[in-house]
Amino acid sequence: MSAVLVSPKTFVSEFPTWCPGCGDFGVLRALQNAAAKLGLQPHDICLVTGIGCSGKINSYFNAYGLHTLHGRSLPVAQGVKLANPNLTVIASGGDGDGYGIGAGHFMHAVRRNVDMTYIVMDNQVYGLTKGQTSPTSPTGFTSHTTPYGSAEGPVRPLRVALANGCSFIAQGFSADLKQLVDLIIQAIQHKGFSLLNVQSPCVTWRETILEDDQKIGVYEWWKKHLHNLDADPDYDRHNQAAAFAKLMEYDDIVTGVVYQEDRPSYQQYLRGYTDRPMSEMASPLDDAVLEQFAEQFK
Amino acid sequence: MTPMRSELVWKVGGEQGSGIEKPGSIFLDACSRLGYYSFGYRHFMSRIMGGHTNYQVRISHKPVFAMGDHTDVMLIDSKGAQEAIDMNIGEMAADGVIIADAGMKAEMPAGSQVRLFKVPFHGIAGEIGSDLYWNMVAMGASCAVTGLDRQALRDMVYATFARKGEKIVQANYDAIDRGYAYVIEHYGELPHLKVAPVPRPVRRLTMEGDNAAAFGALAGGCRFLAAYPITPASMVMEWMAKEAPKVGGIVVQAEDEMSAVLMAIGANYAGARGMTSTSGPGFSLMQEALGLSGLTETPVVIVDVQRGGPATGLPTKPEQGDINEMIYGSHGEIPRVVIAPGTYAECFYDTAEAFNLADRHQCPVIVAMDLTLGMGKGTVERLDWSRLRIDRGKILTAADIARLGGEYERFANTEDGISPRALPGTPGGIHLNTADEHTFSGRITENQEQRRVIHDKRLRKTDHVDFPGLAVRGDLPADLVLVGFGSVTGPMWEAAERLVAEGRHVAVCQLRRLWPFPTEEFLRVLSQAEAALVCEHNATGQLAHLIRAQCGGDLLPGLRKYDGDPFRPAEVVARAKEVMADVGSARIA
Repeated sequence: MSAVLVSPKTFVSEFPTWCPGCGDFGVLRALQNAAAKLGLQPHDICLVTGIGCSGKINSYFNAYGLHTLHGRSLPVAQGVKLANPNLTVIASGGDGDGYGIGAGHFMHAVRRNVDMTYIVMDNQVYGLTKGQTSPTSPTGFTSHTTPYGSAEGPVRPLRVALANGCSFIAQGFSADLKQLVDLIIQAIQHKGFSLLNVQSPCVTWRETILEDDQKIGVYEWWKKHLHNLDADPDYDRHNQAAAFAKLMEYDDIVTGVVYQEDRPSYQQYLRGYTDRPMSEMASPLDDAVLEQFAEQFK
Repeated sequence: MTPMRSELVWKVGGEQGSGIEKPGSIFLDACSRLGYYSFGYRHFMSRIMGGHTNYQVRISHKPVFAMGDHTDVMLIDSKGAQEAIDMNIGEMAADGVIIADAGMKAEMPAGSQVRLFKVPFHGIAGEIGSDLYWNMVAMGASCAVTGLDRQALRDMVYATFARKGEKIVQANYDAIDRGYAYVIEHYGELPHLKVAPVPRPVRRLTMEGDNAAAFGALAGGCRFLAAYPITPASMVMEWMAKEAPKVGGIVVQAEDEMSAVLMAIGANYAGARGMTSTSGPGFSLMQEALGLSGLTETPVVIVDVQRGGPATGLPTKPEQGDINEMIYGSHGEIPRVVIAPGTYAECFYDTAEAFNLADRHQCPVIVAMDLTLGMGKGTVERLDWSRLRIDRGKILTAADIARLGGEYERFANTEDGISPRALPGTPGGIHLNTADEHTFSGRITENQEQRRVIHDKRLRKTDHVDFPGLAVRGDLPADLVLVGFGSVTGPMWEAAERLVAEGRHVAVCQLRRLWPFPTEEFLRVLSQAEAALVCEHNATGQLAHLIRAQCGGDLLPGLRKYDGDPFRPAEVVARAKEVMADVGSARIA
């Protein structure tokens, strides 16, 4: 009764308030396509987001949406998934949200390996608060908060994830819809924590990138530099050392699946854990069971 | 002939890290087996090795709710003996006895009337075969002084070591008997320290407040706990980690307390009964998430076992310094409920009930505990399973939603402010829930009228909270009513009992719900008392100020303790007399 035939349109709700040309449109479209291709029902998806332009994605995606606090999508999403393993849980947000204020949660979510997907729309800038330097901004980046250029080096999310045992790591580009849909599908299908970092350009605060004293349009710049690992038949996505080498070789400017490891998810380690939603367990325990627990206090 | 006593305070002390808590809990459990009511409190420091630690156990024929003012019998091991003597001699009853290891080098202070029995704990243990038996030698010696039946110890030894074989059991029995015999042979009997046996022993439960709260949570349907280890709340987490998987529950050790409470909120959002447990420093980190729970109307239960603050403060000492934070914490304004158990049994029932409150009101529910209550251990008369009930509040099924004909609004503006929830996964219930201000259907809005109406809606959710506001013990009208909550309740009860025995009219008002504050009930109590004394574990009188803010009038006189030591009945008695004298003189003037 509740299952309906789905298409990308099934997952469309409001029209986004993002700036025209924003990379996040591509991510939203890819997510809608991927959900449809997977045949997921909207009510079986829970999209948990942080704060920022990208955190608004669940305002525009037709599913259960929980729009949380800045940097806090991952803990909430892990709680949701553990409480109801039947849900497809996706956390999402931006680079400031995930790699700045939420960086602590990110590293631990990676190693915990709860079966869920994390999609980061990485644009190297704080968009919603009007163009400040972000944790992935390059050294020297000028903005209102770093008028003389940022002194800090950028966070390397793919390498952080790799070093901490993330079981699925991929990077996409919001302008390459076909690959992005494919990566989202693989990330969701992966049994464990999957990180999908998406280069999702901000056309308002980072419209151009300076290269050899020349300003290049941000989309153009990414297109020019991104190296597609998926197109490399020799690349072994199950080799951690090779993944590190590739990231260093291309300064993390790659697309495709960087690393995948088949290891038990957090849930699989938990004793007594079932795929029964916990909402069905909140019933009184039998007196005999309670007596048994009480026995240790006698 | 000296009549046998019905009450005794026993203590063991020594260097931290040398296993002092073990004989403490053995003694308490043995006394419990013999049918005595007991109350245990462990004094310890925030380090693994070194420093002084002690465990006081008070036993009685009638219920006891507080630490003893004086210690009658104290065991001291050779390690850290001098510090143990120096730190505890002031608390010893003048006719008390210290039973120390014969090998100790420490001196008693000059002029002390306290007697010193030297017993070779380690010497005897060594002769039996292992130094591990010193505990039991000391226990046997304790029995010789107090007259407690050694059979309880033997029973416990049997229960613990039977699977390790006859030899181990027999060695322990020997240790008990030789410790006992040594005291009788060298020091004789001390009739004034003998405790009368309980005529018809009833086997009761002994529980730490933390464990009681954890058990209560499980009994109340909680199947998800995320937490970060912290003294004095870790036991809540540890108990759940061990027991919850037996009924399908899980414990996640989060990377920090922000994550812990957020995971619990996520689990509740998805339909679990989820909680976190923490102490002040962790609770400070959770302030942001309180607002998330409040604005998204997601239930969550937080057990705050308070300890001495601020900052890292006194990690191993009691305080009630989080009152303001529990009631006012987090930016902006949210509905919330703060309940306060005062006994071990209440830790069980209240934590179970906290989940009903959270589900019913869809907001944070904070269980305000404190270190003395959380880590202290005492007798629980019995747990009545029939008092447990589960009320999940307003949750809609797919069929319920279908009947609404497409009109489901997650934050519908209902009369009581509480809007039915659709859990994720429920067909037909799809909605956005956002920590931004939103419309009734959950879309982000900054519309002024909408903001006013939905903010009012949330705030009126806790207009009627079905949880007792306070509990009065004693007769009203009274000359003085003692006011407090949590672990201060027991000392107030005992103080009132003593004052009543002296012919004074004193009652106790235990606050059971700190928020929403039970203003009317409290004013009714106050109107029946000549004076009130607010006893609280902080320096600034957070509870007294809360009462004034909620009830008006002058700031009530207080007894404020913030030196890291639990309240003792005697100090409440002393301050109560001062306050009553002041009222008396005011009346005469």
